[in-house]
Amino acid sequence: MLALIEGLVQAAVLSLTALGLSLVFGVMRVVNVAHGEFFMLGAVIAWWVATLVGTNPALGFIAALIAAPIIAGLIAVITDWLVLKRINYDPEATIVATIGLLYILQQSVLMTFGPDARPVEAPFNTRLAIPWIENTDAGWALYWPWGLSTTSYKLFVIVAAIALLSLIWYIMSRTKLGLILRATQLDSETALAFGIPVERVYALVFGIGAALAAVAAVLIVPIQQAHYLMGADPLLLSFIVVIIGGLGSLRGTVIAALIIGMSDGIISVFFTPTLAKIMATLLVAMVLVYRPQGLFGTRRV
Amino acid sequence: MLKLSGINAGYGKNQVLFELDLSVDKGEVLCVMGRNGAGKTTAMKTIMGLIQPNSGQVEFEKRKISKLAPHTIPKLGIGYIPQGRRLFSELTVAENIEIGLMTRKKGKATRDKVLDMFPRLGERLKQRADTLSGGEQQQLATARALCLEPSVLLLDEPTEGLQPSMTALIRETVLTLKGEGVGIILVEQREDAVRAVADRVAFIENGRNAATHTIEELTEDPSPFRKHVGI
Ligand SMILES: Nc1ncnc2c1ncn2[C@@H]1O[C@H](COP(=O)(O)OP(=O)(O)O)[C@@H](O)[C@H]1O
Ligand SMILES: [Mg+2]
Repeated sequence: MLALIEGLVQAAVLSLTALGLSLVFGVMRVVNVAHGEFFMLGAVIAWWVATLVGTNPALGFIAALIAAPIIAGLIAVITDWLVLKRINYDPEATIVATIGLLYILQQSVLMTFGPDARPVEAPFNTRLAIPWIENTDAGWALYWPWGLSTTSYKLFVIVAAIALLSLIWYIMSRTKLGLILRATQLDSETALAFGIPVERVYALVFGIGAALAAVAAVLIVPIQQAHYLMGADPLLLSFIVVIIGGLGSLRGTVIAALIIGMSDGIISVFFTPTLAKIMATLLVAMVLVYRPQGLFGTRRV
Repeated sequence: MLKLSGINAGYGKNQVLFELDLSVDKGEVLCVMGRNGAGKTTAMKTIMGLIQPNSGQVEFEKRKISKLAPHTIPKLGIGYIPQGRRLFSELTVAENIEIGLMTRKKGKATRDKVLDMFPRLGERLKQRADTLSGGEQQQLATARALCLEPSVLLLDEPTEGLQPSMTALIRETVLTLKGEGVGIILVEQREDAVRAVADRVAFIENGRNAATHTIEELTEDPSPFRKHVGI
């Protein structure tokens, strides 16, 4: 049960992060190697905002939840405008460019924030015990075992991620903006011929992608810690999720994040984190061999 | 109302169009003919701003448009039916039409009018574009472009791979629009389809103007068809 909640928290954060990567690749055909750094930025900004706001962790958290995605998103939009647009979104050149961005962001944070990991206090952190049912002599009964407690904050992370994912789903499938994004993803040249400002769409998507990673980091940073090298794991796991889930498929991304996050949580609790990574890698290899378009992808590669 | 003059354009170092001139007036049908690879599609993309010419001018209603941001060109009232239709394949019929309406902020009246012209689409609004038959897809591509209420319409080989009944529907649509004063550039390989609608025919060879004739001239002497298009 504890492992289940750990897994769900991992899956929640991972699905937000991976969705950002998937959106950017799906719409722009850009492999954003610096995606994990936007995640790291989100965590660092959360620490910074929390420190600025000071005593009240809840207020600091809410401020971070607003500030981090906006700042990370703006940095991404500026990068798109200054760099990616200039190299015409050429697939190979953008990989090199985002590797450059990765080091720039990492070093900037190292110079300003320093090499130490820094904790951010959770806005609230009541311990919750989760009731369990047991077959006693008197029949089925509810009881509150000691080992099955978790914190309210972890449940909040799960709920917040579900709310954000629903919001993105709503925007993509039910709004004009979503229609424009999907049309651009399917055929950017024809989109242009129908008056869609593709360059602005790209800037926006790159910004949203970064903002999703940042918001995921704000959610997880009270549980983990902010550190300038923390971007590597979310990047790797997001790639795995995107490969398994299929590109540009929101449903696929969420389901793959659930599989990876849950198995990571569960296997790490019962066995070792290394085994979890090996399993994920094996799964990727199998998907690549048997379903190169991803489990839920529709397009041929 | 739409005029290309001295266009040199291509893809990177590969120049495709050389000093190309084309023009179409209000209520006129200009057919563009030429062998595969002559540069017909490239010329249409240059009009839409999808390719920037290295030199030369595209003028629309006396205004130079070749330096405009590409996404603003359709908003001027230039509708485009690309070769191979280029529908948004995973979007529904209704969503493809919605994109066309968004281009110039047209509303329900335009939508109703367009769906009246292609009733089959009205019955399939929720269906994905890539599940339509070839003929229905061409109707959708046409409907999407007509949602702009264009004053100039570009059609790039609309009859390619379609049955005769669909060819007839496209011919009727072209003639109706011509009657409403729309200027039309029709890229077409088939002589019979050209004869049925053209006012003038521009023949392109290797990206250059080979000849331009009125349909009357071609009725009298059809040899240019064989000379510039035939094998
Ligand atoms: N995207 C492209 N990149 C490079 N060359 C292209 C591209 N599209 C077309 N071409 C080349 O431009 C020339 C003209 O093509 P096109 O305009 O499509 O001819 P047409 O429509 O008359 O058949 C051809 O030689 C073709 O190979
Ligand atoms: Mg062509």
